Amino acid sequence: MRGYLLGKVLQALLTLVFVLVFNFLLFRVMPGDPAALLLRGSAAFNPETVEQVREDLGLDQSLPRQFLTYLGDTATLNFGESFFLRGAPVSGVIGDKIWPTVLLVGTSTIASAVIGLIIGIYGGWKRGSAFDVGSLGFTLFVYAMPEFWFGILVLMAFAGGVGIFPSIFPTGGYETPAAGLTGLRHIVDVLNHMVLPFFVLTVAFLGEYAIIMRNSLIDILGDDFIQTARAKGVREKQILWRHAVPNALLPTMTLTLLSIGFVFGGAITIEFVFSWPGLGWLTVQAIDAKDFPLLQGLFLLFSAAVIVASLLADILYMYLDPRVRAA
Amino acid sequence: MRVPEHRGPAGDAPVLVAEEEVPPPPPPKGPRAIVWARRRRALQRVWRVYRKNTMGMWGLYILAFFGAVAVFAPLIAAGEGLDPTCPCTGTPYDAPSLRFPFGTDNLGRSVLTLTIWGSRISLMVGFFATLISMLIGSVVGILAGYFGRWSESVLMRLTDWFLVIPFLPLAIVLASVLGRSLLVIIMVIGVTSWPSTARIVRAQVLSVKTRPYVERARALGASHLHLVTRHILPNVGPLIFANTVLTVAIAILSETTLSFLGLGDPLSISWGTILEFAFGAGAAGGGQWWWLMPPGLAIVFVVLAFTMCGFALDEILNPKLRQR
Repeated sequence: MRGYLLGKVLQALLTLVFVLVFNFLLFRVMPGDPAALLLRGSAAFNPETVEQVREDLGLDQSLPRQFLTYLGDTATLNFGESFFLRGAPVSGVIGDKIWPTVLLVGTSTIASAVIGLIIGIYGGWKRGSAFDVGSLGFTLFVYAMPEFWFGILVLMAFAGGVGIFPSIFPTGGYETPAAGLTGLRHIVDVLNHMVLPFFVLTVAFLGEYAIIMRNSLIDILGDDFIQTARAKGVREKQILWRHAVPNALLPTMTLTLLSIGFVFGGAITIEFVFSWPGLGWLTVQAIDAKDFPLLQGLFLLFSAAVIVASLLADILYMYLDPRVRAA
Repeated sequence: MRVPEHRGPAGDAPVLVAEEEVPPPPPPKGPRAIVWARRRRALQRVWRVYRKNTMGMWGLYILAFFGAVAVFAPLIAAGEGLDPTCPCTGTPYDAPSLRFPFGTDNLGRSVLTLTIWGSRISLMVGFFATLISMLIGSVVGILAGYFGRWSESVLMRLTDWFLVIPFLPLAIVLASVLGRSLLVIIMVIGVTSWPSTARIVRAQVLSVKTRPYVERARALGASHLHLVTRHILPNVGPLIFANTVLTVAIAILSETTLSFLGLGDPLSISWGTILEFAFGAGAAGGGQWWWLMPPGLAIVFVVLAFTMCGFALDEILNPKLRQR
């Protein structure tokens, strides 16, 4: 068991090192001069400034030396300066935007996991019923839909107001600007802004949970111990909730935990559509401004979040599943 | 002469590979001709089963429709319609009318024309990105599964890495460094979407390579190249094919998302760039639903169709599912 844990931790560390190396090499191995790439399109683009930037970035040093500097900087959360926000440190810029993303994507992930799992349980239990077929069709349809397109339609209907739809919700943002609301009224204002993106994110990711739960439950229901329980005369409700569901939940745990890891990077397009000032919105700004230091910092954060989440999933598995513990 | 059916041990996937060299027309029946006759029959057998799969057939009909639209785009809608300076354009932001069934965009171009021409780029990116992804995934999967040992551990670590790293941020970082072009989009999607294929292929190779007929061939002195191309590949081919169809759906969705985020080729019109322009021009706030619906619905239908075909093929070809 200790070996299993150690192996998983080492694996996560190795993956993290891969990410660091990738992030490091991205600019140094790509064709063209990184300094010129960084300055591309800016007014200050001339040989002198390029030379200056090369020196500032330490690009005149040897590659291993550069890597050591890079590792040290990363360990101290020094990701350089954002150029779209005029020299603000990247870590500070990212830190400012974490909270809105965690609020929006965290709550909607929990909501879609809970609703999706319940849909999956009923679908798997009454396999082939109208509810099952309907929810499967819905899942397939939502899967085929780019989630930002769904977001735009919802935005158009409920914020802009089209035809029979009244415009009842704000068109975007995190709070009513310059209203200076405080306390409870501020919270209500933020929640009011959150309704539409929350709804879109919840619906867009329901299906994954529903499908995994349904298939996992169907597998479990075919197991011998369910038949034994039936033979003993256990009531159907008990079989479902006491015997089948707890076992079927295991594979969905991994998905849920991984999704929490994707919380940071999973809502890039939705945050953009609803101008929700979180990490996803920041990513789009960084793309538009060609703000490479900021993009690299965001990429590192998104990847690290997923790596940690998948490590947590492995550890949780060890506690929940005796078969893993025995191995 | 009736050629006996060659099948592997029970549960072996029917052979369906068509990617090796073209069969020579065989006056005297050689072994190659026998193999091809067998493959043709296997293909017909798969088709007979597939034809009975309602979901798969509907997927195929939808794909045939969009495929025809993409191929015959110049005949259905004149290409000048894409040029904002063309006299054939109407007034900007026009609601649907007889002349413009899906209305017009902010430059007065017909949204119907844009959507029809957009199908070309969207489908093309989907196909080529899938091709790259399948090539990398199959090669990695076969090498890892067939040779094992250190090459397996190195390749599988690489695969795990790509599986864990969130796809969209990785694609965004790559695309923004490489610049905006169609080739970059295709490469980025292809290079980031192969790991699941590699895992599936490796698992199948692991089971195929221990079968008696592969051992027999090895005992007869077959080279690695012969074993891989003649025995392993034909057996994992069907699975790769089923996986390909599902990957196209993901590739098309990825192209749409990347284009929407402003990483697409600004000069070519795909369903994703139409949505990017529409959203950027404020179509959502302005209530121009006719500008947003056609490209979005086209994506939904095409992705749905590929998924349906993929599920149907998976049901027929995946030995694991067939045993249920």
